[in-house]
Amino acid sequence: MSDLSTEEIKILEGLSKEEILAKLKSEAEEQHKSRKTFFGRDIISIHELSREGILHILKHSKGMKETPQPDLLQGYVMGSCFFEPSTRTRLSFETAMSRLGGKIIGFAEAGVTSAKKKETLYDSMKIIGQYVDVIAMRHPMEGAAQRAAEATDKPILNGGDGSNQHPTQTLLDLFTIQECQGKLDNLNIAMIGDLKYGRTVHSLAQALTNFNATLSFVAPESLQMPNYICDDLDKHGVKYTLYEKIADVVSSADILYMTRIQEERFPDKMEYEKIKNTYVLDSKMLISAKPNMRIMHPLPRVNEIATDVDHTPHAYYFEQAHNGLYVRQALLGLVLGKLT
Amino acid sequence: MTSEQKTPEDLRAFKVYAIKAGTVIDHIQVGRAMKIIDILKLASHKSTVTVGLNFPSSNLGRKDIIKVENRELSPEEANRVAIFAPNSTINIIRNFKVADKFKVKIPEIINKIIVCPNPTCITNNETMSSCFHVSHNGDINIIKLRCKYCEKIFIHDDIREYKS
Ligand SMILES: [Zn+2]
Repeated sequence: MSDLSTEEIKILEGLSKEEILAKLKSEAEEQHKSRKTFFGRDIISIHELSREGILHILKHSKGMKETPQPDLLQGYVMGSCFFEPSTRTRLSFETAMSRLGGKIIGFAEAGVTSAKKKETLYDSMKIIGQYVDVIAMRHPMEGAAQRAAEATDKPILNGGDGSNQHPTQTLLDLFTIQECQGKLDNLNIAMIGDLKYGRTVHSLAQALTNFNATLSFVAPESLQMPNYICDDLDKHGVKYTLYEKIADVVSSADILYMTRIQEERFPDKMEYEKIKNTYVLDSKMLISAKPNMRIMHPLPRVNEIATDVDHTPHAYYFEQAHNGLYVRQALLGLVLGKLT
Repeated sequence: MTSEQKTPEDLRAFKVYAIKAGTVIDHIQVGRAMKIIDILKLASHKSTVTVGLNFPSSNLGRKDIIKVENRELSPEEANRVAIFAPNSTINIIRNFKVADKFKVKIPEIINKIIVCPNPTCITNNETMSSCFHVSHNGDINIIKLRCKYCEKIFIHDDIREYKS
């Protein structure tokens, strides 16, 4: 309390002890969120990142894309801990580390670790943390990355914890939007498909509360955006509208963010048969699209984007997947203190 | 309306089951008494516990009351009560008299005692404590509990299990 000014002390005088503690705590959290130094920091949830923090990561991601830095992380080791398989995310993290000159140790499924012998995640991560400088991890349980962060003081990069968070996916989505639109603010973004269970679209919608987006949610009623996300958007004053047909949003959107509707989400197969072709995008539907409109998809796609869309100037999903590499390189450089 | 002015109905709750020493948890929202017995593990405690359900109340219409003999709730325990009965008052009784009386206060963070209702939350799959952040939008009767780990948000009715 020694570095408080007289005015600050005066403000604090009128408050109870609990109120002062709460005030100090929320100030510390704000500072932590907006802190631009990422050295030593865990990247667990998109909620922990402020607008400034996100823009800082995206700036470095762009730098990585423009200027490769093959020696930046020479001498550093990344633990690649994949307690459930996710080849795409794992290869992206491991390639990011290799292309910065770092080394990788790790495993790609729970079967090869002590997890089968019922060792706690806490113990596993504490041990692995002693071998490496940074850890990229994926785990089937929600909250696993947060738990791992308590076990080790080495930075944790969350590559997915169950249905909860996958912040590097959200950051690469934001990076891709910024790249193809030349900006992140004031865009019209339509999300299409399974919005109820789609972790990707939940995190993206919440991250976009920082960027004054106008959102459109296109989904069958049973798979619409959950209330708790809509409540959060309301709280932040974000404008959003619900639709049932893709055709309703094509001409106004800057981004069409497609997701897959999985058959197993429908207990009634008839219901699935009825809607399955409603949420498929083909090139004929794009005639009224704005020239700058770009289509994104977290991949893998099945049939929700017809292959004839791939050759239109609107297709951007392969660039999007590619961008994951630069975002992960930037995060590795930042949390290891080699980028500032 | 001041809480100091006792209506005859309020007083009746004390008189009928007057205890010599212990704690009276008063003004519990109807239907929540059993949850509070659960969360404070009162059923496993050695003291005598008297539960009054659906008492007429001037403030609440109806209310539940719990009396615990020979045990004074700590402020921390009282705050646990606040999660389920945010309007309740705690009366510490010594020698048949109300020695201390205070309103419960909703804590910002609840450690350990609530089991996360999400079965695939890491807290349910590893020996560890749960942790919830508590919030409400001005109405203390509708609190939201956000798991620090799985980040899911729950309301009262979602919570089914407790640990002590
Ligand atoms: Zn949880």
